[in-house]
Amino acid sequence: MNLMTERNLEKAVNDKMSAQGNAIKMQGKDVTVHYGDKQALFGVSLDVPEKMVTALIGPSGCGKSTFLRSLNRMNDTIEGCKVGGLLTLDDEDIYNPKIDVVELRARVGMVFQKPNPFPKSIFENVAYGPRIHGLAKNRQQLDEIVEKSLRRASLFEEVKDRLHEAGTGLSGGQQQRLCIARAIAVSPEVILMDEPCSALDPIATAKVEELIDELRENYTIVIVTHSMQQAARVSQRTAMFHLGNLVEVGDTEMMFTSPTEKRTQDYITGRFG
Amino acid sequence: MTEQTAQHTVRSYDEELKFLTHKIAEMGGHAERMVEQAVAAMVNSDNALAQRVISDDLILDAGQREIDEKAITIIGKRQPMAIDLREVIGTIRISSDLERIGDLGKNIAKRVVAVTDTRQTLSVYRGLQTIAELALTQLKDVLDAYATRSVAQVNIVRERDDEIDALYTSLFRELLTYMMEDPRNISACTHLLFCAKNIERIGDHATNIAETVYYIVTGTQLPAERPKEDQSHTIVVDEPLAS
Repeated sequence: MNLMTERNLEKAVNDKMSAQGNAIKMQGKDVTVHYGDKQALFGVSLDVPEKMVTALIGPSGCGKSTFLRSLNRMNDTIEGCKVGGLLTLDDEDIYNPKIDVVELRARVGMVFQKPNPFPKSIFENVAYGPRIHGLAKNRQQLDEIVEKSLRRASLFEEVKDRLHEAGTGLSGGQQQRLCIARAIAVSPEVILMDEPCSALDPIATAKVEELIDELRENYTIVIVTHSMQQAARVSQRTAMFHLGNLVEVGDTEMMFTSPTEKRTQDYITGRFG
Repeated sequence: MTEQTAQHTVRSYDEELKFLTHKIAEMGGHAERMVEQAVAAMVNSDNALAQRVISDDLILDAGQREIDEKAITIIGKRQPMAIDLREVIGTIRISSDLERIGDLGKNIAKRVVAVTDTRQTLSVYRGLQTIAELALTQLKDVLDAYATRSVAQVNIVRERDDEIDALYTSLFRELLTYMMEDPRNISACTHLLFCAKNIERIGDHATNIAETVYYIVTGTQLPAERPKEDQSHTIVVDEPLAS
């Protein structure tokens, strides 16, 4: 149909524009992932634009978390996991054997589904990373980093009087923001979030979403979420995965009002998954 | 996106959406009947029929309110996305167009008494009948387009609105001529002029609905630059009425 080709063209132009508007921070080219004999990703090519929130959506087992975890080589920790294709950070191959994985994970931080603070004080949770990476020369600098990170995670005001109490004593939402503060403390460039709000109540979720929106100014964010509404609210780009393939990627607004692919439409409108 | 959309995992969601579609079809049929009967009442000087049309308008008002409430409930409860969201928003818009069409039909019916009193010859109504037929065809076709989700049909309806506009402009001239011929015609012809304008507006609402259907189906808006409007606003009387 004439109409459809016109729309696709328009979409292609839009895609290009959003990609041009912000430089490409991370890039996946033909990424494949095997867990032993089982293939989880079948050649996914996806650009992650800088200082934008990219949401990965799709039904369970579609490969979105696998793709997310391959962005900071978190999959390396899983036995039998093989990653193929090319993944770059600032045009540098992150699977190059010369890459220092610890440094990579400092540049590409991660926040998990369940808040997982260390069984240490709030202060220590945030200070741990900067300390092992040698980011602070003295105690005063460390204090500054901790405060700044907690402030950026919109948590400082709530915890400033009990920095030396256990991080695990905070509420779920506060714990998750503590984990975000911990991720921010090592000045990462990219933050990966794997369903960061799925264990939180709506108010805590709203706070984290507000935070994500603020963080976008300084960081590139990739978020996996099962909540369509959340993807629509927090992200600028949305990528839809299904059965280990990338189905469609585009501006979030377009993806949630008029997606091009039927599978995307069926998924976001609750027709499968 | 022309493929058949599958069922929702949650069955009651499908039923709620289906309810909206049925309600629109029902309102559409009702609006068509009202306009048809209003014009028939005018042409046949049938006051009883006119009264029925006037009281029937309540049904359309109630229909619109019901659709609004159900649509808002769906948005609140289901957070519809993509095609579903467009469908729900489209239903709200279409029901308001249909409700306006009902109002315009009622307005024609209200004028029946006044025009009947002046005892016009049948030829005066001919133009009104023609434009009403065309507007009803538009309404019927656009409701079909909604029911079948046909983009082709939408374009036909949209193109044809020009014909209504042209017809209205010529009817405007015609009625003006009658008034100039004999000032005793002025009262009836003014009423008929309003009736004609109402019908022209019904055509515009049909076009609105066509645009909404296009949006529901494709997710894109039609370009707004359609050369439209009747030309009656430029018409002036050639000679002064009284010398």
